[in-house]
Parts: sequence; structure tokens; C-alpha cells
Amino acid sequence: MFLAIRELRFARARFALMGSVVALIAVLMVLLSGLSVGLVNDGVSGLQKMPVTSFAFEKGVPHDTAFSRSVVPLSAVDEWKKQPGVEDAAPFGNTLANAHSDRGLPVDLALFGVEPGSFVDPTPAEGEPLGEDPHGIVVSQTLLDQGLRIGDTITIDRIGTELHVIGAVDGQHTYGHVDVAYLPLSTWQQIKVGARPGEPVSDTARAEVTAVAVRADGDVDLAAGDKAADTESLTKEKSYGASPGYTAETSTLMLIQVFLYAISALVVGAFFTVWTIQRRQEIAVMRAMGAPTGYLLRDSLVQSLLLLVASAAAGVGVGVGAGALIEGTSMPFALSAPSIVVAAVLLVVLGLLGAAAAVVRITRVDPLTALGGNR
Amino acid sequence: MTAATPAPVSATGSAEAGLVLEDVTLVLGDGDDTVRALDEVSLSVVPGELVAVVGPSGSGKSSLLAVAGALTLPTSGRVVVDGVDTASAGRRGRTRLRRDHIGFVFQSGNLVPALTAADQLRLPGRFGGRREHRDPVELLAEVGIEHKADRRPHQLSGGERQRVGIARALVTGPRVLLVDEPTAALDRQRSQDIVALLAREARTHEVATVMVTHDHDVLHHCDRVYEMIDGSLRAFEG
Repeated sequence: MFLAIRELRFARARFALMGSVVALIAVLMVLLSGLSVGLVNDGVSGLQKMPVTSFAFEKGVPHDTAFSRSVVPLSAVDEWKKQPGVEDAAPFGNTLANAHSDRGLPVDLALFGVEPGSFVDPTPAEGEPLGEDPHGIVVSQTLLDQGLRIGDTITIDRIGTELHVIGAVDGQHTYGHVDVAYLPLSTWQQIKVGARPGEPVSDTARAEVTAVAVRADGDVDLAAGDKAADTESLTKEKSYGASPGYTAETSTLMLIQVFLYAISALVVGAFFTVWTIQRRQEIAVMRAMGAPTGYLLRDSLVQSLLLLVASAAAGVGVGVGAGALIEGTSMPFALSAPSIVVAAVLLVVLGLLGAAAAVVRITRVDPLTALGGNR
Repeated sequence: MTAATPAPVSATGSAEAGLVLEDVTLVLGDGDDTVRALDEVSLSVVPGELVAVVGPSGSGKSSLLAVAGALTLPTSGRVVVDGVDTASAGRRGRTRLRRDHIGFVFQSGNLVPALTAADQLRLPGRFGGRREHRDPVELLAEVGIEHKADRRPHQLSGGERQRVGIARALVTGPRVLLVDEPTAALDRQRSQDIVALLAREARTHEVATVMVTHDHDVLHHCDRVYEMIDGSLRAFEG
């Protein structure tokens, strides 16, 4: 550390330049991680918060649009209930709808149709649960934040079905960037087939839902259940990919982050390569004076570690500050401590690898070059 | 006895103090394209002696310092530093030998740019080893630049840099001091001062000192002067 610290101080302009690149990348990392977490929340938090382990969809349905395309008969629910390892199974309906409230507030809704009293029927934190009023809905807390109130009436556009906000669940429940509203299955079926109030709903439509929501223990054999019920199961995590845009968003952000890690490791490596080449003469002198190679390598690695940790910490600090400001806006953004810590550690570790690849040059410096007019 | 300090090699059984080169030949290059950089060179420098080696560029002066300083092993012959044969010391042993028993003074000081004069002298203490080092501030006073202890190399003149370089080489209390063109970048008066300083330090601290130079004006400070021509060493006839 003796030499490392003195060099950091001596060449502070150069190290500050390098450090600010790492710090800016760290800022970007924090913002990107906030954006990923925010987009994941926006895309699938409604699914994440369901007490479900898997969904059984229609056989052969495309996995990326399973929730919008799948139709399964209600009979599949009973078949799934009988499967060993399955604790409970319930019908689940999923459709997106545009609506506006009686006070003129336009709202987009992800309508989750559930059987009142079934295990997927949520317990509201405020207001009443589903049940008594067939047109009552329990909405995501985020809708209340947008100005909706319990007691408001929401009218579905085009068909004019009226829904009554009777309760709200705690926290963010969204699906495909749209707020979730839980409603009784019968009303969901009515909206799904586009029946206006008072129009009959066919018996076929009454017997159909989107998927079977399944809660099972670890021993369940999904393939066997699918065979018996003629369905196709996706675990809850796999079903996220069926949320609109989810796969495209997460893979794009993942790609950007991977590139950033690679860029930062390469930039740090390039910096320390140039730095080590500049120091070649003094390294030759120190090796001639009997400095063990291990000492010189250790000192250089400590130097890069100090630089990386200090600049990553500064960048994370700025990023968290900026993120806190963004979190208050309507942008899908959420700071998550674990993902920030992972990003910072990866940044430091990969930077250190880049630096290590550069400073091994120390071992190739010939102490003989300290003699004579080599400068 | 450890691997780093093999048994004394002299016939009488006592350690050979100072620096001894016996019939040292160094062949550089390989295949057909070889150069005899040193040709059967024998030289013995006892503690307290300042020996100068002059000669034209490319005559093998740097090679002499390289083998004497355990940076290179001779192709044949023996190099003994403070009783240790460099060939039998091993790689790590030679690094320790340079660290603990040999001091180097390089052209224009060759100081570490980031370090102040006092820190230049503290640096060798970081390389390990348990030997007691000399006090940096005291040593800087001895070479006459205690008032510049907190200056970095770029804030020092050529002569001052060279004085720091000499102090740095002496801080570990070496038995052998190898000096490479110490006056290359200095004017006449500064050159005299630097070599006079080297001679004084060699005597007071009992260091066997070999100085390579092509500055003939400073030779009167030296106890013996040799001339290197095409790898052969012989007495210098002024």
C-alpha cells in the first residue's frame, strides 16, 4: 500500500479521470438496475403476488402470449385438484380492458377473474372482499394512488359494463404495465366475450377460463397433471414471459448491462496497461533493488482495488440519489438494494480482473533495463 | 545456513567480504550471433574501496554491473557478493541478495516519480527482510539534502536527484555498491561533488564500490581505475 497510495496521490488527475469513468458506469448501472426492477414490477408484480406455483394453460399455446390466447375448460380445474401434490387449484381469467371512472379518470385495467373465496381471491387491505356484489372489484393500491377511490364506479369502454371499486390490495399489483383489478369470474366472462349489460353469455363461455391457477408442493408432477387435464403448465416464474413485452424488456436491459460490465472491465484494463507501461522504468529499478515481484503485483492490485471501490461507491451514491428522485415519478423504476449490491460488486470484481490482466506485465519487466541509458 | 546465504566459498573458510569476480565470461545472444560481453574478467573489491571502470560505450561496462549485481548470471566464472556465490543462490536468493547486500546507483538517480526524497529511502524497507535500515532523515543529511526531504524527483535538480539515489542505495546498509554513470547528466562541479561523496560514503561505511563512468575528470577520487575494452578488463593508464 506504501507505493499504491502515494502514486494515487501523485497522479491524482489521471486516476480521477479513470475513477470518474468507473463512477459514471456505476451511476448507469444503478439506474439500469432500478429500471429493470421497475419494469419487472410493472410487468409482473400482479402475478408475483399471487399465491400460485404454476398456471395450467391450453395445450400448445405460444408461451409468450399464453395469458391472452389460452382458453381452458373449467373441468380442468377439478382434474388439477385431484393431482397428487396439488394443494389447491382454481380458475383464473385474465384480460386487459380500457375503462374510465365516473369522475372522468381514464383507467387501464388488467382484469383478473377469480372465484370469490378461492385461494387466488385476494384479501383486501382496505374495503370489502369480492363476493356480495357481482360487479365489485378489488384493485391495486397503485390505482388509488392515481386518484381512484373506493366507492367509485368504473365503466368498461365500448360495452359499458359498470364495475364498483369495493376494495384495494396493498402495494403494486400490475400486469403488462397495467394495474390489476380482481373481479368475480362470472363478470370477467361477461367482459371477456364482450357482452353488454343484460346480454346473455353462452354456456360455452361460462365454462371457459384463461388458465388453472395451481398451488402445489415440491413433489407435484406437472407433466402428469398436464396429461390428465389436457393442459400445458408453466411455473409462475416461466409464466412471466407471457406478460406483454416482459421478455423483450428484460432481455434488452440485460444485454445493456452485460455490455457495460464488459466495457468497464476493458476500460480499466486499458488504463492500467498504459499506466504499467509508463511505470516500466521505475518497476525495473525496484526489481533491480530487490523488490519481490509479489510485492509489486500486490501493490498494483491494491491500487486498482482502491480506485475501483472508491469510484464505484461514489457512482452508486450518485445513482441512488438520482434514483430516489426518479422513483417519485411515473417511470417504472424501483431501487432494490440486492441488485445494486450485486451490480457494484460485479463492477469492482470485473474491473479488478481487467486490472490484473494489465499489471501482470510487471512480471515481464526486466530489471536489467534499469542499467544503462534506457529511459 | 539457509539457501539464501550458502556456506562461505573461499578456500580459507572465512567469508569473502566485498565483491569478487573470478574469470567471469558473459556470452550474450544465441546461435551464431553471439557476443562476448565479458571475457575472463577478474576483479576483487574490498569494503571501503572505490574502484572505477572506464571504457567506450558497448565495451561491456553495463554487463559488468549486471553480473556483479546478480541481475545476470555469468556464462562461466564465479561472482561472489559478500561471501555468496550468485550462481548458487537461486532466483529468489539473488533477489534477496540484491535487496539486502547490494546497493544500486543508477543514471540520473532513476527515482520513483511519486515518492518524496524521504519516501524513496523508506521504499526499500517495504520490500521485506528483517535487516535494520538506516534512518532516512539522517542519511539525507549525510548526503547534504535534508532540507529537500519532502520534495519529489521532478522538484529536485540533477545533482540532488543523484544524492537521493546514493542515499537510497545506502539505506539498506549494503556491503557492495554498484554505480552506473552517476555523472552522466551533471555539470563538471556537480560531478566532482557527487563522486567525492561516493568515495567518502564507501570509506566511512566500508562498502565495496564499483563505479562505471566515462567521465575521466572524476577518476582522482578513486582508489583504482580499470579500463574495459571489448569485454576485457585491464588497469587504466591515465
